[in-house]
Amino acid sequence: MQIYLPIAEVSVNAFTLIGLGGVVGLMSGLFGVGGGFLITPLLFFIGIPPPIAVATGANQVVASSVSGVLAHVKRKSVDFRMGWVLLAGGLVGSWLGVLVFNVLQGMGQVDLVVQLCYVVFLGLIGTMMLHESIGALRRSRNPAQRRRLHQHHWVHRLPAKMKFRASGLYISVIPPVLVGLAVGVLAAIMGVGGGFIMVPAMIYLLGMPTRVVVGTSLFQITFVTAFTTLMHAVSYNTVDVMLAVLLIVGGVVGAQIGTSLGARLRAEQLRMLLALLVLAVCAKLALDLFLTPDELFSVTMGMR
Amino acid sequence: MAGRVAAMLMAMLTGGLVWLASPGGAQQAPGSTVPLPPAGEAYPLYPDPSQPRVVLPEDPFEPAERVVAGLSSDSVAITASFDGSDILIYGAIKRETPIPPGPPLEVVVTLEAPPRAATVWRKERRFGIWVNTERVEVGSAPSFYAVVTTGPLARILGPEWDNRYRISLPMVLRALGQGDYVADVVPFTEALVRLQVENGLYRLDEGSVKLVDQTLFRADIRLPANLVEGSYRTRIFLLRDGQVVDVYRAPIDVRKVGLERWLFRLAFDQPFLYGLMSLAVAVAAGWAASAAFRHLRRA
Repeated sequence: MQIYLPIAEVSVNAFTLIGLGGVVGLMSGLFGVGGGFLITPLLFFIGIPPPIAVATGANQVVASSVSGVLAHVKRKSVDFRMGWVLLAGGLVGSWLGVLVFNVLQGMGQVDLVVQLCYVVFLGLIGTMMLHESIGALRRSRNPAQRRRLHQHHWVHRLPAKMKFRASGLYISVIPPVLVGLAVGVLAAIMGVGGGFIMVPAMIYLLGMPTRVVVGTSLFQITFVTAFTTLMHAVSYNTVDVMLAVLLIVGGVVGAQIGTSLGARLRAEQLRMLLALLVLAVCAKLALDLFLTPDELFSVTMGMR
Repeated sequence: MAGRVAAMLMAMLTGGLVWLASPGGAQQAPGSTVPLPPAGEAYPLYPDPSQPRVVLPEDPFEPAERVVAGLSSDSVAITASFDGSDILIYGAIKRETPIPPGPPLEVVVTLEAPPRAATVWRKERRFGIWVNTERVEVGSAPSFYAVVTTGPLARILGPEWDNRYRISLPMVLRALGQGDYVADVVPFTEALVRLQVENGLYRLDEGSVKLVDQTLFRADIRLPANLVEGSYRTRIFLLRDGQVVDVYRAPIDVRKVGLERWLFRLAFDQPFLYGLMSLAVAVAAGWAASAAFRHLRRA
C-alpha cells in the first residue's frame, strides 16, 4: 500500500515504514536506545530527504521513548533527579545542534559529519562495551573475584556534588550536565535520541547501576527529542507527521515487546548484544567512507 | 519560419503605432480608453459601400500543419494514497493542403514539472575518506521531465531546434554554474541528468508516441508517485525534416487535496501548532501502547 507523504513529497510503502518502526522500537525497549541511529540512515535509504529524515526521526523517537519510559516508571527503574540534570544539559545541546546542522547543510557536509560522528562514537563505545561485558560475563562464571559497586576516579572529585538516591550516587552535577549537552548536540545533528552514547556514559563515566540506566536515559531522551522535533518543525518545516505516525505505529508496539524481553535477559548479555549491534553499524558506515563509492556525484534538490 | 512570423508581428505592431501617432487621429474621448477613428475627408467614417471590398490576403505564414490536441485530464489531485497517474495526450494534425512530400511527420511530447534549484556535489578522496568537494549549482532543474517521441530524438530533431525549444533531457537544466569554481560543469550536469533518469524522474521514451497516417497521434505519460505540486507544462511539437513546424502548449495542475493539503498548509502556516500536534500524536501513541500492553500482561 503506497502512501504519499505531504511534507517529504515522496510516496512510500506504508508497511515498509511500519516494519521499520517496529524493528527500531524493539531496539528501543531492549537497550534503552531511541533507535534513531538506525532509523535515520534507513529513512535516507528509502529516499526520504535527509533534513526530513532527521526531524521526523526525532519525532518517532519521542513516541517509542514515552512508551518505554512508562514501562520503566512502573518498574521504578528511573532516576528522576539524574534525568532532570541530564535534561538541562540536553536542551542547550539540542538547540546548539540544530544551528550546527544548518551550517553543515549549507556547506554540503552533513552526510560526512554525520557519518564520521557515527563511526567515531559507535566504534569507541562498541569496543568499550564489548570489552566490559565480556569481562563481566567471565567474572560471573568465576565468582571468586568480587566486583566493587563502582569505580572511583577523577569524575568523583569535582565540586557541586548532589545526591542521586535512586542511583546510589553522590557525585558532582558537572559530568551529567556535560553528558546531557553532548548528547543533545548529537540528537539534533544526527536525528538520534543519543541513548547509544548516553547509556555507556552513564555506566562507565557516571558509574550508575545498570538497573536505572535504561529508564533514566529514556526519560531524558523523551524530552530532548521532543524539543528537537519542535525546533525542526518551527524553524525549517521538516517534520512529516504522516511519516511519523506510520513509524510510531510500528515503533510503540516494538518498544513494548522489547521492554518485556529485556526484563528477562541478563544485563551483561544485553550489553554485549548492544555492543555487537553498535559495532556492526559502525563497520558498515566506515566502509562507506573508505571504499570508493559507485557514484561520485550526488544531488540535493532545493526545497520550494 | 518563426523568424518570418516575428517580422510580420513587428510590422503589424509598428503599423499600429504609426496609425495612433498620425496627426488629427487618435483623439481620446474623456474617460474612454477606446481610440476614436481619425476624422477628415481622407478617412471616411464608414467605407464606401460602392467600392469593391478589399479582401485581405490570407496569412501566408500560417503553418501548413497545426496541432489540435487534448489531455485526458488537466489536473492531478495528490491524495494520501496517490500512486502516480497516467496522462493521455491525444490529438490530430489540422491541414488545408495535402500531406507534403518528403520526410514523414514526427511528433514529440514533453511534460515538465515546475523547476527547482539543485546542487550537484562531487566526492573526492581526502585524507583517505570520500568527501564532497566540488559543487555546481543548477539554478533551475525540473523535478520531473518526460520526453516521448515517434522516433529517435537525435534523428528527428535538429540541434538548433532543440536549442531553441529546449527539448532533449540535458537542455532542461538552466542557469548553470552560479557561484562555483569548477573548470568543467559538463560532468556535473551529466551526472544530474543520469541520477534523475535512474530515479525515474527524467525519462526519454523514443518511439512510444503512436502516429497514424501522419494525422492522428496519442502519447501516454506515466507520472511517478514522487510528484511535487505546481503547474506542469505539456508541449507537443510537430516536426518535419528535423524542423519544428508547430507547437501546442497546455498546463496540467498538480495539487495536494484533502488531508495532504491540510497537513501541508498547517506545517507551513502554523509550524508551532503543527510541531505540538506531531508531539501530541507521538506521546498519545506511546502512552496508548504502554497502557494496552500492561492490560494484556495482566489478562
